[in-house]
Amino acid sequence: MHCKSTRTRSDDNMKEKLKTCLELFWVFLRVGAMTFGGGYAMLPILQRELVEKRRWTTDEELTDYYAIGQCTPGIIALNVSTFIGRSKAGLPGAVSAAVGFEFVPLIIILIISVFLEGFADNEYVQHALAGINVCVCVLILNTLLKLRKSTLKGAFSLVVFFAVFALAAMGKFLPFSVPLPVLVIAAALTGIIAGQIKEKQKQGGKAE
Amino acid sequence: MIHQAMIYLQLFYEFFKTGLLAVGGGLATLPFLNAMAENHGWFTVEDVSTMIAVAESTPGAIGVNMATYAGFITGGVLGAVVAVAALTAPAIIIIMLVAKFIDQFKTSPLMQNAFSGLRPASMALIAMAGLGVAIPTFFDTAAMQAGNWSAAFLWKAMILAVAIFLGQKFLKKIHPTVFILIAAVAGIVLKL
Repeated sequence: MHCKSTRTRSDDNMKEKLKTCLELFWVFLRVGAMTFGGGYAMLPILQRELVEKRRWTTDEELTDYYAIGQCTPGIIALNVSTFIGRSKAGLPGAVSAAVGFEFVPLIIILIISVFLEGFADNEYVQHALAGINVCVCVLILNTLLKLRKSTLKGAFSLVVFFAVFALAAMGKFLPFSVPLPVLVIAAALTGIIAGQIKEKQKQGGKAE
Repeated sequence: MIHQAMIYLQLFYEFFKTGLLAVGGGLATLPFLNAMAENHGWFTVEDVSTMIAVAESTPGAIGVNMATYAGFITGGVLGAVVAVAALTAPAIIIIMLVAKFIDQFKTSPLMQNAFSGLRPASMALIAMAGLGVAIPTFFDTAAMQAGNWSAAFLWKAMILAVAIFLGQKFLKKIHPTVFILIAAVAGIVLKL
């Protein structure tokens, strides 16, 4: 009897996990189908689906995933999807999210490469994409304004934000540039050093 | 038969390498694709520029889309699946390791301080990526460089942006993907 009860519990656990994985697959399938551009373009949809609607993660955590996704190797969108999938359901969750994200684009590309030569040069496709790009810009702006409340608190974070932004912008207009992963790692080190200094000041204050 | 199987293995190897070494996503895969075109002759360098155009005009991450296209040209549908799987594998392995590491030191003040620097940096890079899309979307950079200021501002795009911004402000319940679909239609109607 005892044995049976633990078995049903683990069965329930399995079922729960399977359900989570299917939900991850489904959410990321829709995210993948509506993301035009790089990983940043999916941020507004992720924020709505995962933070506001499902409360699977917070604004801070989502920003963290992007920070890590940008300095680890690989496609940023995939890194972020994997990260979120893992936090919900471990390795199976990570795979569900990544495969879900890739599913629709893969099918669309296959259809286009078999049937639709010159799809990308089509006049209507170009107009539609121009419209989508306008929308993506606005959505990102609005999402950043939302995330700002939880991620840009205090003078230190504002200084880091503008410093990284300026250095990254320099790369676009000047012949030399700082690789983005280097910027991200430098920002992390700055955070550690600033924390250390604060700690010392606190101790100094106490000693007096 | 064996030759065919070899191609899939090579495809897997090449895209695994790309997934492992291309930092920054998207167009960071470009040099790897050019190298494949040169070393294996699976596709030409011209094919690569078609790949970029298709990858940018279809949904999904640009890097994944380029892998799909390249895999398909090289080895059909199975080739596409192999290429995408190979590109994904390193991302999953690396993120699993990094996430485990972060979980372990989550409560350490050192890690928390690191994240206090990481978060604003992450915001800045997303803002930068957004700006990268915004400039060619709202300005005709060629006209700008020619000093033709009357043509430099893409008014229709700017007006659409304001409309979407107001729409999002007042219709908070509407899903972002709905705005994307509306914008696509608006783009066609306004001939953006």
